[in-house]
Amino acid sequence: MEPRSRSFYVLAAFFGLFILFLYGPIVTIGVLSFQGPQGGLTFPMNGVSMHWFYDLFEQQAVGDIWASLRRSFALGLMVMVVTVIISVMGGLAFRNKFHGSTPLFYLVIISLTIPSILVSLGVGLIFNVLDLEVHWATSGFGSQLTWTLPFGLLIMFAVFNRFDKSYEEAARDLGATSWQTIRYVVLPIIAPSLIGVALFGFTLSYDEFARTLLTSGSFNTLPLEIFGMTTNVTSPVLYALGTLTTVFSFFIIGTFLLIAVLLRRRQAGAGNDAGKGMV
Amino acid sequence: MTEMKTSISGAKLAPGSNLKKLSAKASAQQRTSWYLVSPLVMVLGFFLVLPILTIVIVSFWDYNDYNFFPAFVFENYAYLLTSPVTLATYLKTFKFMILVWIFCTTIGFTIAYFLAFHVRTLPMQITLFLICTVPFWTSNIIRMISWIPFLGRNGLANSALINTGVIDQPLDWLLFSDFAVVLAFVHLYCLFMVVPVFNTMMRIDKSLIEAARDAGASNFQILTNVIIPLTKPGIMIGSIFVVTLVMGDFITVRFMSGGQSASVGRVISNEIALLQYPAAAASAVVLLITVLIMIGIMMRFVDIRKEL
Repeated sequence: MEPRSRSFYVLAAFFGLFILFLYGPIVTIGVLSFQGPQGGLTFPMNGVSMHWFYDLFEQQAVGDIWASLRRSFALGLMVMVVTVIISVMGGLAFRNKFHGSTPLFYLVIISLTIPSILVSLGVGLIFNVLDLEVHWATSGFGSQLTWTLPFGLLIMFAVFNRFDKSYEEAARDLGATSWQTIRYVVLPIIAPSLIGVALFGFTLSYDEFARTLLTSGSFNTLPLEIFGMTTNVTSPVLYALGTLTTVFSFFIIGTFLLIAVLLRRRQAGAGNDAGKGMV
Repeated sequence: MTEMKTSISGAKLAPGSNLKKLSAKASAQQRTSWYLVSPLVMVLGFFLVLPILTIVIVSFWDYNDYNFFPAFVFENYAYLLTSPVTLATYLKTFKFMILVWIFCTTIGFTIAYFLAFHVRTLPMQITLFLICTVPFWTSNIIRMISWIPFLGRNGLANSALINTGVIDQPLDWLLFSDFAVVLAFVHLYCLFMVVPVFNTMMRIDKSLIEAARDAGASNFQILTNVIIPLTKPGIMIGSIFVVTLVMGDFITVRFMSGGQSASVGRVISNEIALLQYPAAAASAVVLLITVLIMIGIMMRFVDIRKEL
């Protein structure tokens, strides 16, 4: 191997700074959430304690954090499942040109790029005009789908761009029906990528703020609850909550990545060559 | 798509009877495609198209202090388009957008370039790439809050500067200022540039770079003559994300400026808070048109589906 050039070290240092920039602040509040009971929002640390975490479990004055966490989790799962199903169906359909496929593609792009507050406002207005009650599981759910579906579809486009079609043709030549081809050939090959779609579906929903703001009704999701806290809570309990949700997010991301790795390994281990269907 | 093409070219060669069979097959395929996208169409229809139409309609409605009602007035637009505040707000938002875009593009390109061309093994590339993308899957609001202990009056940045003797009074403009807004934007949205640029760079044929090197190009020449031109589609996709996210934002500006800075999104959210829905709708329509024009221009330079 040729020796590293000087630009490598300069760029590596820049990369290191970038990582520090990305993670530094979150590590800081992680440390500060262990502030002593008398400690404030900034350094120095006034002792070390779990006080603010306990506080989080006891204090209910600012609203019900745990109920909002449960809501966000349920909503995340709902959005995840629907995003995966609709994205796979859409990805399969978009492999062929059909009447209206181009306008529909542009609609997906608009869904991705439209300012979130417009979706919030528009859906809120519809429910208002139709005299329906906004609720996180109906209007909030739909609004979040306009954010997660474009990501899911774009991932599916990327997956099918790399999909080796000869596997499908071989199945068809052997007499498989189109459903059998999809069930036994296409889905096993794309399965690991679906983990990616699911990860996007869940986390984008779990952290979504703007599109849920006017569409979640009287029961807040977790990000709305946290934002409410920023205006009236000025103690490290805010950091404790932030640390806890971030740890939870890391846990979710880790789980998804682990499932993806295990899926690939199982494919390889069972002498299954589904993983080779991607080019 | 290729399947479609082969069936069409096949149809040309086939005798008459097969032609019918093939066109029947094509229309069956059309039907299947439509079944498959129907849930997508329903979701986007009800939660995207219908809301946009409602906003357009309501933007012509009238309102008073406590209610809004059907009408057909142009006052919302007349007020919006003649108010000097609107122009100032748009200029401010554009300023944020341009600054954030410059920083995100510079940083995003450098990071992606390092990952794609200086890290040598694929597992290492994937690992470092994942480390870069993990924050993307965590809460934006928490990531904003996490700047407080850093930038505050008694925060880490100020104490470090005072301890090293660079300044003797804490700087007030670090937190709750335009500086903080731009910093938070870059922190939140840089990944939207890193990911597509990295993706495009990984698809550059390495033999092109070898060819350039064999022809005597220096590293810098390879960068400017080979890599940057070939990475343009990725930069364009990243730009679409960054531009639209900044243009429509209201929460970052509100939180990081401590409520002192305005942006188009904030104006809309304020009007909503005051229950002036028709006014908010008119502002929303103007913002939507602005954003769509910008995306339309950027989409001319890139075929998104091909680049994925």
